[in-house]
Amino acid sequence: MEESTLDLQSLIEAAESAIKQADSLPALDEIRVSYLGKSGQLTSQLKKLGSLPPEERPQAGQKINKAKQALQGSIESRKGELEEAALAQRLADEKIDVTLPGRGLQRGGLHPVSRTLERIERLFSSAGFESVQGPEIEDDYHNFEALNIPDHHPARAMHDTFYFDAHLLLRTHTSPVQIRTMEKGEPPMKIIAPGRVYRCDSDLTHTPMFHQVEGFLVDENVSFADLKGVLYDFLSHFFERELKLRFRPSYFPFTEPSAEVDIECVMCGGEGCRVCSHTGWLEVLGCGMIHPEVFRHVGIDSEKYTGYAFGMGVERLTMLRYGVNDLRLFFENDLRFLKQFA
Amino acid sequence: MKFSEAWLREWVNPPVATQELADQLSMAGLEVDSVEPVAAAFNGVVVGEVLAREAHPDADKLSVCQVNIGAEEPLQIVCGAKNVAAGMRVPVATVGARLPGDFKIKKAKLRGVSSTGMICSASELGLAEQSDGIMPLPQDAPVGDDFRQYLGLEDQSIDVDLTPDRSDCLGLLGIAREVGVINRCAVEFPRIESQPANTDERVDVALEADQACPRYLCRVVTGVDVNAQTPLWMQERLRRGDVRSLGPVVDVTNYVMLELGQPMHGFDLQKVEAGIRVRMAEPGEKLTLIGGQEIELTEGTLVIADAKRPLALAGIMGGEDSAVSDTTQNILLESAFFAPTAISGKARAYGLHTDSSHRFERGVDPYLQAKAMERASQLLVEIAGGELGPVVEANNESMIQQRPEILLRTDRVNRLLGVEIDRAEVTDILNRLDMRIIEMTAGWRVTAPSCRFDIAIEEDLIEEIGRIYGYAKIPPHRGKSAMVMADRREAEFSLQGAKNLLVGRDYQEVITYSFISPEIEAQVDPEAKGIRLANPISADMSVMRTSLWPGLIQTAVYNQSRQQQRVRIFESGLCFRQGEGIEQEPMIAGLIAGNAQAEQWGEAGRAVDFYDIKADLEALLSLTGHHQGIGFAAVKHPALHPGQSAEVRIHDRVVGMLGMLHPELERKMGLNGATFVFELALENLTEGLLPEFQALSKYPSIRRDIALVVDENVSFESIRNLIRDESGKIITDILLFDVYTGENIDSGRKSLALGLILQEKSHTLTDKEVDEVVDAVLQRLAKDTGAKLRD
Repeated sequence: MEESTLDLQSLIEAAESAIKQADSLPALDEIRVSYLGKSGQLTSQLKKLGSLPPEERPQAGQKINKAKQALQGSIESRKGELEEAALAQRLADEKIDVTLPGRGLQRGGLHPVSRTLERIERLFSSAGFESVQGPEIEDDYHNFEALNIPDHHPARAMHDTFYFDAHLLLRTHTSPVQIRTMEKGEPPMKIIAPGRVYRCDSDLTHTPMFHQVEGFLVDENVSFADLKGVLYDFLSHFFERELKLRFRPSYFPFTEPSAEVDIECVMCGGEGCRVCSHTGWLEVLGCGMIHPEVFRHVGIDSEKYTGYAFGMGVERLTMLRYGVNDLRLFFENDLRFLKQFA
Repeated sequence: MKFSEAWLREWVNPPVATQELADQLSMAGLEVDSVEPVAAAFNGVVVGEVLAREAHPDADKLSVCQVNIGAEEPLQIVCGAKNVAAGMRVPVATVGARLPGDFKIKKAKLRGVSSTGMICSASELGLAEQSDGIMPLPQDAPVGDDFRQYLGLEDQSIDVDLTPDRSDCLGLLGIAREVGVINRCAVEFPRIESQPANTDERVDVALEADQACPRYLCRVVTGVDVNAQTPLWMQERLRRGDVRSLGPVVDVTNYVMLELGQPMHGFDLQKVEAGIRVRMAEPGEKLTLIGGQEIELTEGTLVIADAKRPLALAGIMGGEDSAVSDTTQNILLESAFFAPTAISGKARAYGLHTDSSHRFERGVDPYLQAKAMERASQLLVEIAGGELGPVVEANNESMIQQRPEILLRTDRVNRLLGVEIDRAEVTDILNRLDMRIIEMTAGWRVTAPSCRFDIAIEEDLIEEIGRIYGYAKIPPHRGKSAMVMADRREAEFSLQGAKNLLVGRDYQEVITYSFISPEIEAQVDPEAKGIRLANPISADMSVMRTSLWPGLIQTAVYNQSRQQQRVRIFESGLCFRQGEGIEQEPMIAGLIAGNAQAEQWGEAGRAVDFYDIKADLEALLSLTGHHQGIGFAAVKHPALHPGQSAEVRIHDRVVGMLGMLHPELERKMGLNGATFVFELALENLTEGLLPEFQALSKYPSIRRDIALVVDENVSFESIRNLIRDESGKIITDILLFDVYTGENIDSGRKSLALGLILQEKSHTLTDKEVDEVVDAVLQRLAKDTGAKLRD
């Protein structure tokens, strides 16, 4: 009896020591099998119980079971330690340089003029203006005649027009879309028309193609004050700041009264700089109240309805917004330039 | 219209500084383009008198002058000008003077003779582009006076960029009137006195086209010294108005034009035979213009003719033959009113644009001619002498278009401007503008002065009121918007969405010109019926594009030659074709070249190929919602590689093309390596599909992999369509996971590895069912394409 107690004691001590020394999960499992497995050393002790006298069996069994639980506990706890260590090791091994660039395709970008167009459309759309398109090869009637610019009118000389023949031309402004829209629709109308326009002129500050956005609103009792309101709103939202504006009387055959709109120079804040020719002002828009003659051409009663119209140069706004100093860059399409606007 | 500020202020002198005056003009609608000093900065220049001139002892071209500048001792100045002479008054730069260009005058020795100062030419003082010798001053120029003060050079040239409607301001008279209106101050117009005739010499006038010319005045001036010197003050005013001095007759007519806005002309009387006829040109008549250009006159051109032949293009330019020359003695002065409709467009039709045509086509006051004639007579006689004949006037007053009487309604004024303007204020503004008004209960009856061609309807008057009242005083108003939602069709293809998708796939948008060179058009789209511009800016921008590819190709070449080898670009815009009418079709197109991905550490570099651009195109097409109906078919295109080009269809409708650029085209264009392009017609995409829900199956799907061996020219798409056709809906997906040619596959054949995904909505498929479907598919494929299972 004494001997078997001693045996159990040393068996447990040996097992505990082996568990402590196990340095991997498989090694630990081997130890578990060698003590607690089907033919493990502790299991065989249990099997030997049958050879003891019946009165000794419960006590001996209890001892062995206790020892077994103790070993199981030790193994579990060692297993926990080893798993934790293995995880720590894995995490350490899997450490990477997170500053390496990401893999795969990058992102391209919109052309800066598109970017501006999109922004203008979004701003006006939020105020309920619908965006419409028109043809770029236009006829004389829509580009000039219906806009109160009859043949030989001096204003025609201001539009260096590309012609195909006596009647067909490349539109010199987006205003013909006004005519086409009013021909089809009925007031109230609240429209913007962005697009390409063409003038036969090419130098440092002119390209033979550029972009405009035309806008107009026709309803009962639309006034010059409304026009001022919408343009104040648009320009301050576009440049995201409160801007000083001035409306200068001007002349367009298709509006009366007409005005040109200057904004306080966004480069120098009105102090005077190269961009504003030291005037502190930048001309950005032409506008006015739609001329009754235009209404007559499209069959709208100018006694009942009034309307305003405005037109702006998109390249100019883009240049001011992003500080681009050379118009010609827009159509050279140098990727190093374009990618700055991605 | 450019003019001297000092001259203007002689007429009207409001208490405002130059800049404020310029701002006032701009804000009244007369946009000031520039305000520039009339002379560059210089100092230390005085009026001198050449007392004596001697030849330089050691230099043929130099002379030694003694010059009195009002000091005790005259200055000795060595001068290189030929025209220097004793008795002349001249500008003298004294020692210490600074001339334009920061040129400092010092004592000097010239070939051994000391010189203390410099006698100046006009160009050395920045008063002329170039000069021939020193600048002679009038004999009454006060010796010793500061030259700048003497010439009034502390003055500005104000350049007003007039809109075409404001012809009334094409003379100082009109500008002065505006300044008076703005500042509510009196304008002192120059007194123009009638110049009595002192001879009976006259030329009769016949108005044969009195609608085009309802008033024509002329006057004979005999014994004129055409070589007389135009006085310096007049030369200076002309110069400050950007007009060159060309002799007394032309200078006087130009001066009157600047002053009053009336263009005039002087003929050499000797060349005018028996009376003036103002008539329409006969077709085929010829006229040599001043400067020597010969033109053939067309019908509808108004000319000034004598009994025999046309002398001048009325209101545009005089003829060479009848022009005043160095030997002219007798002059016929013309002051006429030509109707704008008779002149407009004519100058342009002959490729001309003159100060005169500019004014007449916009409108000259029809009641100004007599005044201008008297003014010119007076100035001409003062400068060049001569005897005046009587003023001969031919007119048909009934043909002179009168300014209409316009009904101006108070409520219309307020409604259009959006501000209530006091009735008395409107009356005041109209009065200041010299309008004739009759007050009525609801408004006014208004007639504009004869110089205001721009005022024809009520709105024109409302603009005048707004302009003088001040646009700035009209409060901005934020309109109340009706609560009406816009139509936004969900299935409509959005160009913006397409652009954003391409940007997300690493494409950069470009914008290229809509006109291209005929050469590149012939390369890319040889059968195109491109539309040609009649007046292109250059030959390489002369034909409207029929495809976006030329622009993209040129952009790729441009960038590749600037160290950008990897190019991924797209553009959207109209393409133009001559069909039955003119077709203008919105398109979107892309081009890729170089490596599939930007150089990076994680992936090996690989050049783009057909399937890269196809994937982009498929992604784009998926925006339409037509997932099943999209198909590709090999077709040839002149710009594309015959083995790598396809058209894109949605439900059998061709919507676009894609492929590899033909290697020959690639070489000719100077592209660097294989280049792939696509193009879609947007109009064919607009009818998109809305998503339609399909119930998900509760039962698992089953996958069967098969490897087929087929002829190389059997397309994958035909196999996929056969499988779908044969199996119905039970095969829910077909995955192509390998395409193989080479070892173990006969040449001319290829192996396709497919994963078939089978699923039923009502039950789990049994092996037997799956086998049946797959067997049927294999049999169909074998029959229709010769496909065999790979061993």
